[in-house]
Amino acid sequence: MVETNNILDIRNLHKDFYIKGQRREVLAGVDLTVKQGEIVAIVGASGCGKSTLLKLITTLEDITSGEILLDGDPVNGPSPKCSMIFQEARLFPWLSVKQNIEFVIPDSVPKAEKEKMVEHYVELVGLSEFMNAVPNQLSGGMQQRVSIARALATRPQLLLLDEPFGALDAFTRMNMQQELLRIWKEDNTTMVIVTHDIDEAIFLSNRVVVMGKNPGVVRSIVPVNLPFPRDRTDSAFLEIRGNIMREFLDS
Amino acid sequence: MFDLQKKNNLKQKRIRIIIAICFPILVLLFWQYASTVGLIKASLVPAPLNIVKTFLSHLESGKLWKNLSVSFVRVACGYFIGAVAGVLVGFLMGLFKSVNAALNGIVSVLRPIPTIALVPIVILLAGIGFSSKVIIIAIGSFWPVLLNTIHGIQTVDNKLIEVAYTYRINKLKTTFKIIVPSAIPAILTGLRLGMSSAWMSVVAAEMIASSTGIGYLITLSRETANARVMYMCVLVIGVIGLFIDKGLTRLERYYLMKTRGIADVK
Repeated sequence: MVETNNILDIRNLHKDFYIKGQRREVLAGVDLTVKQGEIVAIVGASGCGKSTLLKLITTLEDITSGEILLDGDPVNGPSPKCSMIFQEARLFPWLSVKQNIEFVIPDSVPKAEKEKMVEHYVELVGLSEFMNAVPNQLSGGMQQRVSIARALATRPQLLLLDEPFGALDAFTRMNMQQELLRIWKEDNTTMVIVTHDIDEAIFLSNRVVVMGKNPGVVRSIVPVNLPFPRDRTDSAFLEIRGNIMREFLDS
Repeated sequence: MFDLQKKNNLKQKRIRIIIAICFPILVLLFWQYASTVGLIKASLVPAPLNIVKTFLSHLESGKLWKNLSVSFVRVACGYFIGAVAGVLVGFLMGLFKSVNAALNGIVSVLRPIPTIALVPIVILLAGIGFSSKVIIIAIGSFWPVLLNTIHGIQTVDNKLIEVAYTYRINKLKTTFKIIVPSAIPAILTGLRLGMSSAWMSVVAAEMIASSTGIGYLITLSRETANARVMYMCVLVIGVIGLFIDKGLTRLERYYLMKTRGIADVK
C-alpha cells in the first residue's frame, strides 16, 4: 500500500436512488481526497448529493459503485475513525449533557478515563457549567456544542459535519463558526463540512469543493489560502467568494 | 369561535373561567328547582341536594367506603396484571416484526370488543368470584397500555437510531437505552388511560355478578328502585375517575419535567 497522509480518499463514487422504480443518479463519479488536519468545505445547491456523500462515508447509505478509503482502508460499516455531526444536535433528551457524551464512548474504556474524557470535551466546547443539564434546558447553539463534544469524545480522525449550523440564527452561527475553528486548532481533527452557506465555507476551510447537481459531481475545488482568523470583509475573501458564486451562476 | 389566540389575553381567559364555573352551577340550580317543583319526577331524577344527603348518609354508615374499598382492591389487582401484560406484549410487538405479524390480526379482532361483552364469557370460564372481576379489569386496562406501548416503540425517532448506528452502539444498548426511553412518554399515557379504563371496567364487572363493590351498589339500588343511591354511585364513580385521570396526568407531567425538562402530555 502506498503511504499517504490522506485521511479520506474517495474514488469514482457513484450513488443511485430508486424512486418509484425510476433510477435517479445522485452522485456521478465523485473524486475527492482530504489530507490530515485539513478542513474541507463542500458547497452546492440542495439536491446535489453533498449530504448523501457524507452518508456514504458513514455507511448510513450504501455505495452504488466506486470506493471510499478511510485512513487507507475501504469503509465497511460505521468506522470509529470518523464521527458525524448532523444539522440537528440529535441528543438523547432523557440524558444529561454528561450522559449524552458518555453514551458514545465504548464500554471498554475504564470509568475514570471516561469521566476525564467527558470533562475534557465539555470544557473544550465551553459547557462545563451545564454538565448535568438535559438538552431541553439548552439553547440550539449549546445543543450543537454538546453534539460536537460527543463527536470528538470518540476521538475520530475525521469529523463530518452536515450543515451543522444551518438551524441556528445568524449570530449564533457566526459564533459557532469561530468556536469550531478554535476547537480545530486545539484538537487538530480533520473536518469535512457540508454547507450551503458560501461565506461559512470560505471562513472555515482550507479548500472549498463546489458541487454541481443533476447528477452530483465535483465541479471545482477552490483553495482558500488565507490566514485564520479570516475577515469576511477582506478583499481576498470577497474575491474567492466571487469566484465560487460565478461557479453557480455559470450553470 | 376560532379567534386568533393572543398571548396573555387575561380578559378572555377570565371570562372563560367564569363560564366554566357558572354554567355547571346553573345546571345544578335548575335541576334542583325542576325536581322540587315537580317538573321532573323525583323518583326518576332525584334533586341534587337529596343525592348529596344520600351520599353523606352512606359515607357516615361506612357503606360507601366498604363497597368502594372492595372495588379499589379489584381495580388494583386487575390493573396491575393488565398493565404489566400490556407493556410486555407491547414491547414484544413493537420490537419484533415477526411477533407483530403473528399477533396483529388477533389484536385487531379482540380490541374493539367492549369489555362488558366479555363479562358472560369470563364468568363462564372463571366463575363469579374475585378472579373473574380481576380478569375483566385486566382486559379493560390491557388495551390502552398495549396500543400506546407499541406506538411509542414504533415511533422512535429514526434520527436517534442513525446516531446510534454511526457510533457503533450495539443492538442491545440501542434497544434498552434509546428505544425504551423514547417510548416512555407514550407508555405513561397508556398506563394513565389504562387506569381510567380499569376503573370503568370494575363497574361493568360488578354490575353483573357481585355482592360487594360500587357496581353492586348500583345493581342493588336498581332492584330496590332507589334512584338516589343510583345517582349517588354514578356521580361518585365519575368523580373518582376524574381524580384518577388528573392525578396521573400530573404525575406524568412531573416525571417528564424532572427527567427531560419538558412535558408534552397528551
